[in-house]
Amino acid sequence: MKALIIDDEPLARSIIKEYLQHFPQIELAQECNDGFEGVKAIHQHQPDIIFLDIQMPKINGFEMLELIDNPPATIFTTAFDEYAIKAFESHAVDYLLKPFSKERFDKAIQKWLGQSATAILKNNTQSLLEAVAQSPAQSQRIVVKTGGKIKIIPVEEIHYLEASDDYVKIHTKEGHFLKNKTMSHFEQLLDANIFTRTHRSYMVNIQQITRMEPYEKESYMVVLKSGAQVPVSKTGYAKLKLVLGL
Amino acid sequence: MRLLTNSSTVRFGIAFLMLGCMATMCLLWFTQKEQKEMDERKMETENLAKEAELFKLRQQLQPHFLFNSLNSISALIGSQPEQARKMIYQLSDFLRGTLKKEEQQLVNLEEELEYLELYLDIEKVRFGHRLSTIINCEENCRQMKLPSLLLQPVVENAIKFGLYDTTDDITIRISATANNNYLEVVVENPFDPETSSPKKGTGFGLSSVQRRLYLLFARNDLLETKSDNNLFITKVKIPQLI
Repeated sequence: MKALIIDDEPLARSIIKEYLQHFPQIELAQECNDGFEGVKAIHQHQPDIIFLDIQMPKINGFEMLELIDNPPATIFTTAFDEYAIKAFESHAVDYLLKPFSKERFDKAIQKWLGQSATAILKNNTQSLLEAVAQSPAQSQRIVVKTGGKIKIIPVEEIHYLEASDDYVKIHTKEGHFLKNKTMSHFEQLLDANIFTRTHRSYMVNIQQITRMEPYEKESYMVVLKSGAQVPVSKTGYAKLKLVLGL
Repeated sequence: MRLLTNSSTVRFGIAFLMLGCMATMCLLWFTQKEQKEMDERKMETENLAKEAELFKLRQQLQPHFLFNSLNSISALIGSQPEQARKMIYQLSDFLRGTLKKEEQQLVNLEEELEYLELYLDIEKVRFGHRLSTIINCEENCRQMKLPSLLLQPVVENAIKFGLYDTTDDITIRISATANNNYLEVVVENPFDPETSSPKKGTGFGLSSVQRRLYLLFARNDLLETKSDNNLFITKVKIPQLI
């Protein structure tokens, strides 16, 4: 079985490495300094388990997991984060609070070994990610993968969102990026005073709007500063009027 | 006889008036005294509240820092026990510093920098080669005064902002200069202007510093932040009372 450690503090990695030596069946494939290395290493090694720190440079542990299509079983390690701990508990995902003893670590490994045949674990991680995405710290930006690169988009730079099959297209001045989420996910995540769902398939940053034009019967179109045109449905029009105070 | 009767009325009148005057004066005097006492009590309460707030502000310790340091010590015990022991002493000295009771006490910049080194040494064990610091202090400001433990949260904010906003190695620059009757301390950290707006940097760490400066000097203009390309700059000015 293969394991990865992803933590930005070298000593925090070394203690996990030390504890892991007591489990000869688990091979440590790589140690990663940050989430970028983590994403690469997960693709490369397809580990069975990862030990993941939350507070890391650029992208945190949760944001890293969001970038992976089928996240592996994860044991979170963190020093202190009330919000995350509450989320772990309510989604039955195992976590280790630093500093942790060897006994506590062994218990986490045993629990994982006992469960690893089931899919429950992965579902828990998915629902955990949904939950933490709503945290105030995470609603300020969106992390996406584009080509082989990872891009961090501050929410104020989003022009509009467009539903596209199982994805949402995030339009910015640098073009669009795909995120494997639903429109209603973004509707919950983003500030309703700034982003308005103008249409079943569209959500617009109202600060980008320059004008609104009639379009076909009973529907409208908003024109953005970038020149892009975004459809507005009948209900979307009522919402927009309310937000814009027209 | 009539005159006497008349004058007695006048005399009564005068006596009555004098009595009235005295009573009013007494009343006034007591009310004033009471008012003064009340004011004093109020001021005392306010002072106590202010002191308590100052103490709390000074004592604010980031739980992240403490738990991660303990985790580092736990890791060192196995591989480098001597280093682990050293870190325990450093952490203890640091914690003792935050517990000192004498509030509003001004210290020399020299002492404050020594304390800051203690903190930086611990952070450098945690982050290894990723973190380096450069401290420049003009000779003439070493003896200048500042409220104790004022700089540590400023530097902590810079380290967090710097280390978590880039994956590169970072250098934190701290420089102290004397300017008129002010001691000026500037702390610089790198950040990535593409992914974070500088306003994020004026987070909780700095607002507590701002509040402390206000309580001590009744001024809101002693803490400034600005960004210059990929550098975030925090400047603290401390008035030197002559």
